[in-house]
Parts: sequence; C-alpha cells; structure tokens
Amino acid sequence: MNALTPTKAAAAETPHGLLRFLTCGSVDDGKSTLIGRLLYDTKAILEDQMTALEKDSRRHGTTGEAVDLALLVDGLEAEREQGITIDVAYRFFATPRRSFIVADTPGHEQYTRNMATGASNSDLAVLLVDARKGLLTQTRRHAVIASLLGIRHVVLAVNKIDLVGFDEATFRAIVADFEAFAEPLGFRTIEAIPLSARFGDNVTEPSASMPWHDGPTLLGHLERVEVEADRTVQPFRMPVQLGNRPNLDFRGFSGTVASGRVAVGEEVVIASSGHTSRVARIVTFDGDRAEAAAGDAVTIVLADEVDAPRGEVLAAPKARPAHTTRFRARLVWMAAEPLKPGRGFLLKTGARTVPATVSQLAAALDVETYADRAADELPLNGIGLVEVETGAPVSLDPYADNRETGAFILIDRFANTTVAAGMVTETLGGGNVYRHGFDVDRASRAGLKHQRPVLLWFTGLPGSGKSTIANLVERRLAAIGRHTMLIDGDALRIGLNTDLGFDAASRAENIRRAGEVASLMLEAGLVVLCAFVSPFRADRERLRERIGADFVEVFVDTPVEICAERDPKGLYARAKAGGIKDFTGIGQDYEAPLAADLVLHAGEGSPEQLAGQVLTFVEPLIAGDRPTSEDSAAL
Amino acid sequence: MPVSTAALVRTPEFPVAEPRREPLSPHLARLEAEAVFILREVVAEFRNPVMLYSIGKDSAVMLHLARKAFFPGPVPFPLLHVDTTWKFREMIAFRDRTAAELGLKLLVHVNPDGEALGIDPFRSGSAVHTQVMKTEGLKQALDKWGFDAAFGGARRDEEKSRAKERIFSHRTSSHAWEPRNQRPELWHLFNTRIAKGESMRVFPLSNWTELDVWQYIQAEAIAVVPLYFAAPRPVVERDGALIMVDDDRMPLMSGERPQLRQVRFRTLGCYPLTGAVPSDATTVEDIVRELTLSRSSERQGRVIDNDDQASMERKKREGYF
Repeated sequence: MNALTPTKAAAAETPHGLLRFLTCGSVDDGKSTLIGRLLYDTKAILEDQMTALEKDSRRHGTTGEAVDLALLVDGLEAEREQGITIDVAYRFFATPRRSFIVADTPGHEQYTRNMATGASNSDLAVLLVDARKGLLTQTRRHAVIASLLGIRHVVLAVNKIDLVGFDEATFRAIVADFEAFAEPLGFRTIEAIPLSARFGDNVTEPSASMPWHDGPTLLGHLERVEVEADRTVQPFRMPVQLGNRPNLDFRGFSGTVASGRVAVGEEVVIASSGHTSRVARIVTFDGDRAEAAAGDAVTIVLADEVDAPRGEVLAAPKARPAHTTRFRARLVWMAAEPLKPGRGFLLKTGARTVPATVSQLAAALDVETYADRAADELPLNGIGLVEVETGAPVSLDPYADNRETGAFILIDRFANTTVAAGMVTETLGGGNVYRHGFDVDRASRAGLKHQRPVLLWFTGLPGSGKSTIANLVERRLAAIGRHTMLIDGDALRIGLNTDLGFDAASRAENIRRAGEVASLMLEAGLVVLCAFVSPFRADRERLRERIGADFVEVFVDTPVEICAERDPKGLYARAKAGGIKDFTGIGQDYEAPLAADLVLHAGEGSPEQLAGQVLTFVEPLIAGDRPTSEDSAAL
Repeated sequence: MPVSTAALVRTPEFPVAEPRREPLSPHLARLEAEAVFILREVVAEFRNPVMLYSIGKDSAVMLHLARKAFFPGPVPFPLLHVDTTWKFREMIAFRDRTAAELGLKLLVHVNPDGEALGIDPFRSGSAVHTQVMKTEGLKQALDKWGFDAAFGGARRDEEKSRAKERIFSHRTSSHAWEPRNQRPELWHLFNTRIAKGESMRVFPLSNWTELDVWQYIQAEAIAVVPLYFAAPRPVVERDGALIMVDDDRMPLMSGERPQLRQVRFRTLGCYPLTGAVPSDATTVEDIVRELTLSRSSERQGRVIDNDDQASMERKKREGYF
C-alpha cells in the first residue's frame, strides 16, 4: 500500500462497505422475526438451516403451520423455552451493496446492559414499535441509550402494521409521538417505516397494502444510509497497545488508529509526558505505509528515543486529549448491587487500566422525561451523571467528540465483572493543562543526589509515635548525606490544608494533597517522609497507586490504650470528654493496613530502635540503582 | 497411529491464489484490523496465551493474522493442536509443514486416558469420541501448560449458540462456559481480568463469515489444507454423509465399497465424522464462487452437530470450543 491507497472515508462510498446496526424493542415487538425475515429475504439462510427451522417451527413455533422466522435467531436453550431473547446475538448478511452485522438486543427490562453493549459498536439503531401498542417505556429507554452511546441514525420500524389494517393514521400518530420524544436526543436521521416482519411488507419489498408509504423499504434504507461520521477528520489519536521490540534495531509502538490520520514525517506528542517526536515509519506486514487513518492497525516507529509504553496515547500535538485524574461522565450501571458514590473500581479506557473512584453521583436520568434528577444511588440499568477520579492520570476526550477515546468501562476489583459503561462528558481539574516535556527530569535530579527517591508513609493512631520515629529516621538519613524532606500532617493542616475539616471527605482530600506534595518532592529527587494518621485504607491505597513502586507504607502499630495514655497533645482526653468529633480511635475507626511494607510494634523497643528498623529496610532502597522513568510509571 | 495400507489417491499439489495486487476491500480490511487488535490485546494483557490450531481454514487465517499483528516481531505464543488421532493424514502433514516453515512452536496433545481406553469414533460413537478426545483433551492441555488465554477460530455465523458468544469468553477454573454469566462487551474495551485458575477463550474471527474467510484467503494467498479443494477421493455414503476412507482403521460394512468421487470438504475434523460434499471447486476462486451460490451451511458436514438439538450449546458448557 502507498499514499495513493483510497482513504476509508472514500471507501465508505463504495458498494462493499460495512454497516453495523442494532435492533431493539420491547418483548413481543417482533425483533427476532424481523431479523429472521432480513436473513431469509437476503438468502442468508441456507437449505439445511431451513430444514432445521421447519422442524423447530413445528416444535416451538408460535405461527401455526407457517415457518416461524424468529426461531432462526433465538439461540440458547433457555430462551427457546421462555420464548424471549436473553442476550446479545450477532447476525450477518450481505447484499451486493453492503455487508451487515446486526446486534440483536433484548427488550426485557433487566437486560438493558445488553442493549448498551450492542449499541456501543453500532452506527444505527432499528427501534421496533408494535403498531397496536405505540411507544412504550422500553422504546423510550432504548432511544435514550442509543443516543447516549453516540448513535446518530435511527429507524423507527412500526411493526405488525397488518394487525391495524395497514392504517396510515395509526402510523402517523406513532411517528409524531416518537419525533416529539426524540427531539433532544440529537439523532441526525430518523426514518420511520411501517412494516410487517411476519409477512415481509416493506422489509425488503415495497408493500402493495400500503400505497400511502412513499419512503424506502427497511433494507433499501439500510443499504443506502450514510452513517460513517468521518473519523479520519478528527484529531489524530492512537492508544499504544504494545511495544514491538524484536531486536535492538527496531522499536515500534503497535496500536489501532482511533481517530484522524497520521503520516510519516509528522509530529506526534505522547499525551502523558508531553514529549514530542516525529513519525519515522509506519510499519505493517504488507510493507511500510506513507500514512495511516482511523481504523488501521499499524506499528509506528518514532524518530527519537522516547518511551511510550502500553496505555500511552500518541496524539496530534496541536489537538491533544485531556490528561487528567478527574472528569464527569454518563454511566450505564450494569451490576445488580446499586452504585453508591465513593466506591472504587478499575477503569479501562483505550489500552490503559487504572484504579478509579466514582466520587460523586450528581444525578440519575429519568428516561421517560429525559430529565436528570438528584439520586443517592444508581440501580441496575440506571443511567447516572457522575464524577470520576482516577488513581493515575488518563488521556481522554469527551465522548461526543470521540467515541474511542471518550469511552470507558468500570470493572469490579474483586469479582472482575464489567459493572458500568461510561462516556466522558467533561474533563476537570486542569484537563486542558498539558504537561510539558522538560529536559531535566526526576531521574537526572535524583542522579545528582546519588539516591533513589522514596516516599516513607507513616500511618497510625494519633499519639502512636509516627512523627517521633519519622524525625529520628530523617536525622539519621541527613547524617549519612541523604537529601530528605519531612511532611507532618499537623504542619500541612496549618498551611496548605487550612480549609479542610476532619470528616471522611476532608480526610481523603487532606491525604490526596499530601500525596501530591510528596509526589512533587519525589520529582525533585528527595527522600520524603510523611507522618499522617491517614485512617482510611482506600485513601492509602490510592496513594500507593498514585506514587507507584516508590511508596513505602510504614504502619506504626501502637495499641489505642498506649496512645491514649501517652496523649502528647491532650487530644484523647478532649475526645473522651466529647470535645472532638471524628477523632480517630474514639469517634472514628482506624483501618489498619492489610499489607504494610513495614510494621512497627510500639511495645518492642524504644523510638530509636524502631527508627533503626525503618533504616535497615529503607537504606538499601535509597542506595539502589538510579531510578528509571519506568519505575515512576509503574503502577 | 497405525500406518495406513489402503490404496488412496493422492491430492494434487494444492493451489494458491495469486497474491493480491489491490488493497483489501474495506469490509475485509475492517475485519482484519479488528482481529489484529484482539490478538495484540491478549498478548499485552495475558501471562501465557496459546493459539488453538485446528489446521482448518479458520486456523490458517487466524495464524496469518497473528503474523501480521506482531510483525516485524515473531508470533509471541505457541500453537496447540489437540489431536484425536483421527484427523485426516493430510491435515497432520500440513500442520507439521506449516509450523516448520514459519518457525513456530507447535504443541500437540493427545488425551492419554482416551488413548488407553481405545476410544474411537466408530465403536465409541461420535459423542463419546468428541467428549473424551477433544473436550477432555483440550482441558488437559490447557491445564498441563497453564495457559490463561486460548485463541480459537470460531465464528459467530457458524451456529446459533455461537452467535451470542463473546469475543473474550470467560471460562471458570473447570473450563465451563456460563451463558447466563457473560460479561458485556462494550466498544473495543475488553475486560481481560480473570481470577487465579480461570481462563479466557478469545475469538478474533467472531465477526467473520465463511465467505469472508475464503475471500480473505484468496486476497492474501494463504495456504490451506488441500482437502478443501475438489479431487477424486475414496468415499462411502453413510446416513447421507460422504465419509472419506482415509486409512484402514475404518471398518467397512458388508457390501460397502469405497468409491472414487470428486469431492471436497467445507470443514475439517476427524475424518470419520466429517462429510465431504460433491464439488468441482479446485481453486480458491472456485470455492468463493461456489459459496456465493451455495444453499447449505458449512456445518452440515459435521456429524456431531446433528447429535441432537442444542447439542453445540451443551458441548460448549462442558468446555468444548
């Protein structure tokens, strides 16, 4: 291939393109029959399948002696017995004009997640309505989900029109209903077609019974509708799937171009580091190419020795994705247990998986009215507006701008199930602030000091001895020529965190800020010691994820009785007297680390001896190899 | 495996399509890119993947895609063939030649228990043979080498229960597939997380049809087993299926005499369980032409599918691919 290769955009005009669409509707609207009809009429059903169908029709069919086309597509035993589709099924057929992949999605209420699944990879939705029933809650729900998932083309298939005597007025009323409801949903085309899937009217052949319908047949419309939003004119994005380094002479970054195009010689930026380089080669098995466009799976070689491990995004330097840890998103909740804000997950977007928390549930969508309402939790199949915080920065675009780089899934950390589909609506917290790739970096700063930056995080009850031990450790490190910095929780609260209280949310923010300050000091090449009560496990885990391999958790495990007896600041006495709310150890629980790097038992020695334990553990780390950028990137 | 003494007709050297001079059709290009993405995702996220290589046309395409996905690097995982000892001899020859020519690591596993019991498709029946030699053999092999992800060449258009299969299909630690407990697959964001002992079956060709596969073989000039092309072969007709007498282990019934007929195979498996179809298609181009006119589906020749209704789904739950 070469530069003269026709672009994908041009190819979409040619007869042999591909249309992925989904069908949705309520139970008994006739979806399976409609798909069976399309397969049957386009001769996608073969002789032996037909024989099996006739046999099945006699056993399970609902159409008397006639062949029941729905049985062609209802696959699993359970749904054959129940007579309903319970999962997403994919069907394939082709005409001389186009190839089609149909996602057949269920109408049953509890299976909305499957509808979202089908919609995520579709460009068009066929919404079925039973002419006798008109729009149902499910129809509205499906239209909303289709819209949220970025589908811009809809066919309103008014089915079973034969059962209302092919009545035009009934059809017009349903269409008017739908158009009014769909107005805010942003569909670019809505094609309404009256049809009978069972008898084939207006499916592939125009119906003689409805001379009043002057629009296309369903198949005629599907063959001709132009859906390819031109992804190639959007800014260039390519998530790096994996590095390709078969030998020392070749170093490529493999991935599929998510949007836009890129050519040899053009400048690209690595979204997280801000480093730029030029495209030296675009390598494929079929030879080098001059350029690559959205949808192409390629391997890019850059002109400079820059690192872009899996999860990085190569992007156009002048139109970069946001690189942030905070954003707002639409969420389709897919787990039985309702979503409550504050819960942690894994988030996957592009080729990157990071820890994430749904920090806020701003609203839940009422699909009947298409209005957002305040909510405390999001039930199964609920659609919420949420704020998400990730444990490490991710590169994102709003979903409305880019269906590839604006989409994410949430994964339950323990059950490993996919629990939500998310679409970014807005990036927050400096989403439009980009890191500049500076030449003097952490490695070179640390190298000057001949040390590896490490964060020693002392956690434990008030009065457990954190600050005392940290102080001794720092004195000793300074004495042997290490460059250190001690950050004490109380000191930070007097300055940077003076606006924060002691409730759970404030404590979380207190720790987050401390972690950010510590992270800057690590960048400066320092050994950082932090002494913070930090009572919540989740907060400390976020820190570990944020800092990576250089995070050392030191648990100062002093029994609460001893702490209360010492009570160096008289706080336990005041808390017992009711003078302090939310005091850890009395009003608020302390969640001990489950896997601290080091545990210090107060009963087992003097502060000097405990400090000695810390030094024994940490000195080899600090003296270790010069840090590499990979260390700091490690999660 | 006993050496055959039956007088058999050799298939002529297999034809290969002319290398393509034009870019792939947009439809095939999109399917190719999707498969390459899936292959790369598995290599990036799994510890020890393997490609189940069944020697058929789908495996040939999948292997070709793997060579593309990691080029200029080598294919970064081994091939695994679960041998039932009843494959066509030409399949085994093709398998060994392909692995040698491409420099790939090939693992072959035969269920030793089944071998010891003397399971064979004639006396044990197709259901038992498939269960023991294929399903159990596959599970043994996956456990033996500790694979956490296995590529398979299954396509959604093959059979009704496969239409609902995920691209990344989660298997429990006992290799079972739970149709009611599948993960939703959104966009191309595949959830690859598994617990210890669990595994993933991954199907890069999920969205391909039989015609796509052949058109791709034609466009990319991919070598396939010669049995796909029509040639005179010794067959007997049993229960409406044309069974090729591939070696002398096949007991002939009284009055049964192999006849030379011009046939080819649309799918390849154990020779006693794979029916041939009469055909004059001797080139890939012929096959594509035949398929566009065809009125019967490819699994028609599979004896096991007809065992009973919904049998494929049951086999899958038990761990069959």
